[in-house]
Parts: sequence; structure tokens; C-alpha cells
Amino acid sequence: MGETSVNFAKASTTALQDPQLRANFRRAMDGLMSKRAVQFADSREWNAVRALGASVRLRALSKLPELLEKLEANCTRNGIRVHWASTTDEANAIVLSIMQRVNAKLVVKGKSMVSEEMHLNAFLEQHGIESLESDLGEYIVQLDEAMPSHIIMPAIHMNTKQIAHLFKQKIKDAEYTEDVAQLTDLARRILRKKFAAADVGISGVNMAVAETGTLCLVENEGNGRMSTTVPPVHIAVMGLEKVVEKLEDVPPVISLLTRSATAQPITTYVNMISSPRKDGEKDGPREIHLVILDNGRSAIYADEELRNTLRCIRCGACMNHCPVYTKVGGHAYEAPYPGPIGSILVPQMEGLGKRGELPHACTMCNACVEICPVKIPIVEIMGRLRAEAVHPGDAVKGAGARASKAEAMVWKGWSMTYASPLAYRFATGLLAKLGNAAPTSLPLLKEWTNVRAKPRFARRTLHDLAREKGIPDV
Amino acid sequence: MSINGETVPFSGPRPDSVYYFGTCLVDLFYPEAGMAGIDLLKAQGLRVVFPQGQSCCGQPAYNSGYREEALKVARAQLDFFPGDWPIVVPSGSCAGMMKKHWPDLFKGEPDEARAKQVASRVWELTQFLVQVLNVKFEDHGEPVRVTWHASCHAQREMGVVEEPKALLRQLANVELVELQREKECCGFGGTFAVRHPEISAAMVGDKVADIENTGAKTVVSGDCGCLMNISGALEGGKKPVRGVHIAQFLKERTHG
Repeated sequence: MGETSVNFAKASTTALQDPQLRANFRRAMDGLMSKRAVQFADSREWNAVRALGASVRLRALSKLPELLEKLEANCTRNGIRVHWASTTDEANAIVLSIMQRVNAKLVVKGKSMVSEEMHLNAFLEQHGIESLESDLGEYIVQLDEAMPSHIIMPAIHMNTKQIAHLFKQKIKDAEYTEDVAQLTDLARRILRKKFAAADVGISGVNMAVAETGTLCLVENEGNGRMSTTVPPVHIAVMGLEKVVEKLEDVPPVISLLTRSATAQPITTYVNMISSPRKDGEKDGPREIHLVILDNGRSAIYADEELRNTLRCIRCGACMNHCPVYTKVGGHAYEAPYPGPIGSILVPQMEGLGKRGELPHACTMCNACVEICPVKIPIVEIMGRLRAEAVHPGDAVKGAGARASKAEAMVWKGWSMTYASPLAYRFATGLLAKLGNAAPTSLPLLKEWTNVRAKPRFARRTLHDLAREKGIPDV
Repeated sequence: MSINGETVPFSGPRPDSVYYFGTCLVDLFYPEAGMAGIDLLKAQGLRVVFPQGQSCCGQPAYNSGYREEALKVARAQLDFFPGDWPIVVPSGSCAGMMKKHWPDLFKGEPDEARAKQVASRVWELTQFLVQVLNVKFEDHGEPVRVTWHASCHAQREMGVVEEPKALLRQLANVELVELQREKECCGFGGTFAVRHPEISAAMVGDKVADIENTGAKTVVSGDCGCLMNISGALEGGKKPVRGVHIAQFLKERTHG
């Protein structure tokens, strides 16, 4: 295989052994699912808005190269400097060079999953720059020296008590309290000072509008607005798929995003950023930079089916509804994007050699497909990646990396038996007679009987019964 | 039939004959449930044909990434359903594979049109009983409380949500208590159950707890994959709850 494979099975087993973690996720996800259901209770309205949302994203993807060029031209005209990065290393280097030019020592960050993809905080610290997360959830996770466990609610794996302990332990002079308002207030007081002192603000981008050169950012805490307006320099990082064509494409997508993510008709703050501070204006950053990251996205784009992965608007609803994610939580995926969307996106970015197990972290129940606001055929892509992982090819990085001669032989034997009525009858007859004698120590049966009784083969198959009862054959 | 999540009533003439596709799991593990499905259809005056050459829809290989092998098995089924009659399947998952995934699986193949024609005739059993036959059952059983486990693929690939519950509600002595998380997967997922046994065990554990909370001693389902998983966990955990396929349950109540 070459690369080390990341062990989802092991990480998820560890997660399952933590009853607090399981309880936290179960409670949080149940709440999110029922709140979202209220938002989309009218199925006709839901069908109409998601069809609109999907069409906006599909149209944008269908002309992606053209829209990206337009976005660059219009941002540049607005005074936003655009940078292109094909890898996360390049993106980090671009960010660092801007920092070094303005001699930045302190950065405040709004929430950005692309910056997680870049491991930007760790990179900046290595270069002596303090990078502080200002979204409350991200701030908590950063204090805990952990990774976000959800793309919208990064600290959802923790309950109030755990956060109270963390604050007491990590924040100087903090009193222990489980009062949410007091905890939030403490974080706010610390962050306010940092906003005022920061040299650079970094943010993500929810959507970039090609025709106007506008960066759209939704958030609830005002930290996004502070990060993008108070420091003298603002750097926005985005994946190259986040572009939409027109300004009028923004409202339907925002509405789907916020209703799907947090069951809000709209977030408390909606930032539309279209230029740095102009002459005579009293506030706003003096410089805005937009770093557009590829990191494997153009390879995903090249395949017509896999391209649908790039429709995603990062609402996180697929996680909230995923029965696997709700059991194991986000950390088990060991990736910036967990859950169903992560299970199709991360293997394509990082390769099937390293991440080929993720498309199997799925029962194919289709709960994610049912609620995806932009109708991504997540489970179909999951199936496609399972196939790519065991067959050499060039559509996906690491295709064929998990090919196994033994497994291939089993399926070949299976298909030969099941495609021949005679062989099938012989095999099922044999199983009906002898199958129950199989010891539970056998592979597969061993895993099955871990918590379940052994399945019992019937003495006579349905084929036998149908014949005996005179049910006509063709 | 379901279009964009909206159920469209069947409007063609009532067929006099149907094909029955038993599925490989029913064949090996639940043949009596399979026969019960045949009997329910016969009791409605239909001629039921069970092609002896049938085996499996190909889903196990398809979901494991072995599409060529899945195609080979799926293709072998096409010969056995030559007429224009509906094909009734006592499993939402296998029906979903045929109806929804065969058109993709056969895409660009010489027999694509034929596969699509076969796929278009596929019905899940309860869907067929309700939408096409408009059955009315009379309950002959003792009072009992049951709960219903909805299969993911019946719900989300075949659009079958209300039909099985409507059938259970026709039974005068059956009290249906719905699960709190009826739509949540039981953790079977084919090879998932053995590939990620710990996660699967946690999922079926939640399902068992949900079932126990209803107070029902019988859990009815329409898919033998789910049933094998849930009954296996109930039995493994020594819970006094019985898992039964809806075809068998309906037959017991109406002809018993």
C-alpha cells in the first residue's frame, strides 16, 4: 500500500468505549435532527428549495473554471488580492508571506474548515505567530488541544461540565462554573482584547460570488465580523468549489445552509465582504486577501460522478443524521471533515490507500441523502469509491490500493455460483444441510456473534418449499 | 410508486399474475416468510410464479465494490422474468437494488433496456399489497402489542413508509406502538456488520433499547437483513422479544 492507512476501525472502537462521549453525541444529534425537521416540515416547500439549491450549485460547478476567473477579476477590481494554492503547503506559505510582510505576531481566526484542512494553526505557531480561534466552539477545542469533532459545532463532543473543567484548568484565574452565560462571558472578555490587538484576521468563506467579487460569511457570534473588520489585514481562505455565479444565488443557499445546519432561518450575522477600507472610510481592513485552495478538488472535478462531492455547502446535516457518526463522533474519522461528506471527500483528497476504509464507515442507509440540502448522491459516491479502492484506475488517487486477490476471488466465486441456477441450487442445498454446523470461531461469523445469536440456516430453502407446494416455475 | 417523495397511486388494471423474487437471504434463512408472502398474494386471487432459476439481486457484491460480479448475477436473473407481470419482492432492500440500482449497473451494457424494463416492474411486497391490490385484512389473532422497524432501503429507495404500518393497523387486535427512532438504521448494512462489528453492535444496541421501550414483545420488519440483525441481537441479549417478517406476521393473523 505504501502509505500508512488511517485506522478508522480502531479509532471508532475507542470512541465507542467512552459512554460520556456517546451520550453527548446522542443527545446533541437527536436535538439537531428534531430542530431541523421543524424547519422543513412542509415537504413540498422542502422539495422546491432543495431543488433550487441543488440547481444553483450544479450550475456553478458546470462553469467552475469560468466562474473562478470571473471571481478573480471582480475581486481584484474590488481591491481584494487573490492567491491560488494547489496544495495546503502552498496555501500556508502564501498566508505566512502575507504575515511576514506586515510583521504579524497575533492572528484571530473566524471559523474555517479549509484552515483545518491546512493545519494552519500548527503551521503558524511553528513560525512564531499566535493564532487564536475566536468561534466559541473552536476556542474550546483549541484550549483542549483537540480537533473539531463536527464542522459546524466543533466542541459538540463535550458537555458543559467538561468545558467548565477545561476553562478552570486552562484559563488563568478562572473560577469553576457550569453557568453557560458565565463561561461564554469569560471567553468573550479574553477574545475582545485579542480582536483589538490582532495584526491579521483569518476567516473562511461560505460562498464567493463571481459576478460581484463578494465573499459571503455566515456566523452567529459576531466573531466572524470582528475577525474580518477589526484587524488591519483580512485573509480569507476558501476551497475552489465555493464559488456561485450571481448575487441572487446567495439567498437560497444561505437559507438551506442555516436551516439545515442549526435550524435557523438565518444566522445572527451575514457578512458580505466586497472590498477593503476605501479612502475616507473609518473602518474595515486595509488589505483583504483571498486564498483559493485546490488540494485535490480539481481532480475530483474531472470525474463527472465524483464532481457531485463538490456541491457541498458544509451544513453538517449529513453528520447529524448519520447513525454511524452519531455513535462514534467526529474524532474517530481523524479528518477535518467527518461523517458522510467526510467519508467521500477525504478519501478523494488524501487517497484511497490512506483513507480507503472511510467509504465503508457507512451502512448505506441513505439518511444523509434524504436530508442533503443540495442533493449530493453521497451513498452512490460511497459505492463508487468502494469499487475504485479495489480496482486499479486513474479516476481517484490511490485507486486499486486496497485490491486483495483473496477478496476478489471470493466475489468471483460468489458471482459464478449465484449466476448459475445449478451451482446456486447445489450451494444453497449444502448450506441448508451443513451451514448450521459452522463454528462461531470462523471469520465473519465471529464478528457477527459478538453480540448476536448465530443465524440459522433453514433446512429447506424457499426454492424447495415453492417446488413442494406446487408454486409454478416460469 | 414514489416521485419526489410523494406517493402516486397505482392506476393500471389489476394484474392477474405476478412473479415472486424471493431474495437470497429469505431463501436461506427465512423461507417460511417467503412462502407467507406467496400465500398472501395467492389469497388475493393472484397466480404467483416463482422462477426456480432466480438467486440474488447482486447487492452484496455491488455494495462491496465488485460491480462486474454484481452485474453477472443481476444479468442471470433477467431471463426468469420474461412476461410483463409485476415482480413482487418481500424485501425493500433487494427491491431497491433492482428498481433503483440496476439501471445504473446495466448502463451502457447491451441488455440495459431489458434490465430497465425488468426493474420498472419491481414492487416491494407491502407496497404491492396496499397500492395495487388495496387489500383489506381481517384479524383472527389474539390481542397483541407490536412495534415496526422500517428498513432504510424500503423507506429511502422504494419510498415505502406508510404501507406496512397501514397493513398492521388494519388488524383489529394488533396495537402498533411506533419506535422513537423508527427511521434510524439498525446497523446491519450488509458487510458493514462484520467489517465494523463494534459500531454495528452499538447501533443494534440502540435499536434493541428503542424496541424494549415500546413494551412490545414482537418486532415486525419487512427486510430479512434487518431482521437477522435485530432478532440476532435480541436473542443474543436474551430479550423476550420476537422478530418476525411482516409477510409471516400478516399470514399468521389472517389465515391462522
